Amino acid sequence: MTTTVAATAEETMVVAAARELHDGQVCFVGIGTPSTAANLALRTHAPDLVLVYESGTLGASPDRLPLSIGDGVLAETADAVVSIPEVFNYWLQAGRVDVGFLGGAQLDRFANLNTTVIGAYDAPSVRLPGAGGAPEIAASCRETLIVMKQTRRSFVAELDFVTSVGHGRGPGDRERLGLRGGGPSKVITDLGVLEPDPTTRELVLTSVHPGADLAGIRDATGWPLRVADDCGVTPPPTEGELTVLHALLATQSTDQPAADQG
Amino acid sequence: MRARILPLAEAVRELVHDGDTVALEGFTHLIPMAAGQEIIRQGRRDLTLVRMTPDIVYDQLIGAGCARKLVFSWGGNPGVGSLHRFRDAIEHGWPGPLEIEEHSHAGMANRFVAAASGLPLALLRGYSGTDLAAHTDTIRTVTDPFSGEALAAVSALDVDTTIIHAQQADRAGNVQLWGIVGIQKEAVLAARRSLVTVEEVVDRIEPRPGGVVLPGWAVTAVAHVPGGAHPSYAHGYSERDNDYYRAWDAISRDRGRFGEWLTGLRTATVPA
Repeated sequence: MTTTVAATAEETMVVAAARELHDGQVCFVGIGTPSTAANLALRTHAPDLVLVYESGTLGASPDRLPLSIGDGVLAETADAVVSIPEVFNYWLQAGRVDVGFLGGAQLDRFANLNTTVIGAYDAPSVRLPGAGGAPEIAASCRETLIVMKQTRRSFVAELDFVTSVGHGRGPGDRERLGLRGGGPSKVITDLGVLEPDPTTRELVLTSVHPGADLAGIRDATGWPLRVADDCGVTPPPTEGELTVLHALLATQSTDQPAADQG
Repeated sequence: MRARILPLAEAVRELVHDGDTVALEGFTHLIPMAAGQEIIRQGRRDLTLVRMTPDIVYDQLIGAGCARKLVFSWGGNPGVGSLHRFRDAIEHGWPGPLEIEEHSHAGMANRFVAAASGLPLALLRGYSGTDLAAHTDTIRTVTDPFSGEALAAVSALDVDTTIIHAQQADRAGNVQLWGIVGIQKEAVLAARRSLVTVEEVVDRIEPRPGGVVLPGWAVTAVAHVPGGAHPSYAHGYSERDNDYYRAWDAISRDRGRFGEWLTGLRTATVPA
């Protein structure tokens, strides 16, 4: 192959997320982009990545993208299939998961997430699916990666509802709340990568994806976005990564990746 | 007393009454869809519906006006998008107001465990810092008497009837399910009464790796309903009908189209 086709913004997001997963890690996965990214990592640089789906399948290695978190292919390929209370209590709560994926309808500058309602809780303009496994994934994984598209509607100054805690209101909040995991380490979007400032815990732009620009990213953020002094450019997806990603997506008979944590 | 093997309609008539708290469980696998549709056909009202993931099964019951209240932790159409009847009920009170009691998956799972264990509550590390506790009365904070640590307490679920779908039962009403086993064992043991619809009634149950066996004396009734989990799947018997999940998005999005679907269900002689 001599021609290089530029990756779409969404492909860059999935590839950037996959690269954050390290071989041998235990990863708690939801359906949609997280599952795609985790399966991409498994097929490229992290063959010993352990995928845990909240349906209770530990160490699943599906030969196609699962249609739901309870897809039969997960049970067929898992090291162990456990009950729902067990996956949440023994495996997640007890601290046996290295990295969890989250997404949401709204995210704030401290990487807290809303997947519950837009508007007032008792009279919402949009009723979202709700918490699912997210609050405890956010609390208990050693670190979490947030993957979601960046728009002014989703990156907001104030959440309508706090479903999952990121870095709370700033330094020390996670410890005060008794959250034992480290919280969000990166937010990977279709435009770039944001990371919490080590001191203030506020999200700072640390990488811009190829094709995106600073003005556009600021415009897609509902608060005055800080940019790291050493903010770089995300290395574009390689041909190898894209080939594997396309093959992976071709195994999925659904048209749309849609809802996280499905 | 051993479980009785009954026809589905008779079992639902006997075990589900207006005003009951009912849990139809199955975590994306083995969802008791046919039993849910039988509840709609029998016109049950004012039910409190308990389920971690309402899924299409509760979208149908909510749209049909069977529910007064929903106790849940994630209300989406898995892998597709929104549950439109669920949203319409909460956002617009259609076809009637729907009270909600909302938890996380971990909280709901532990509420089933508490009820199955005969305990009034369960403890977990959860909800801390979220807005859920402020809106849900069955979430509280308690202090560990040993260490002084603050933990979340959730009240045990109080369920009249649990309905699940399983692969097999034998003639004595012993039940076996395998593959993703979800919360079904806890849900059955949490309830005063239970109904298990099954793919197959066999002479003798052969233990499966990872299989969950519910003894016949822990189950109230069994109904032979092959395909009773459609459009979800029964591991070893059927595949998930993903086209149905996607088609449901269009049917459920519009009150008129949903009404036509409901009329079809109510007049059909065989399960939809």
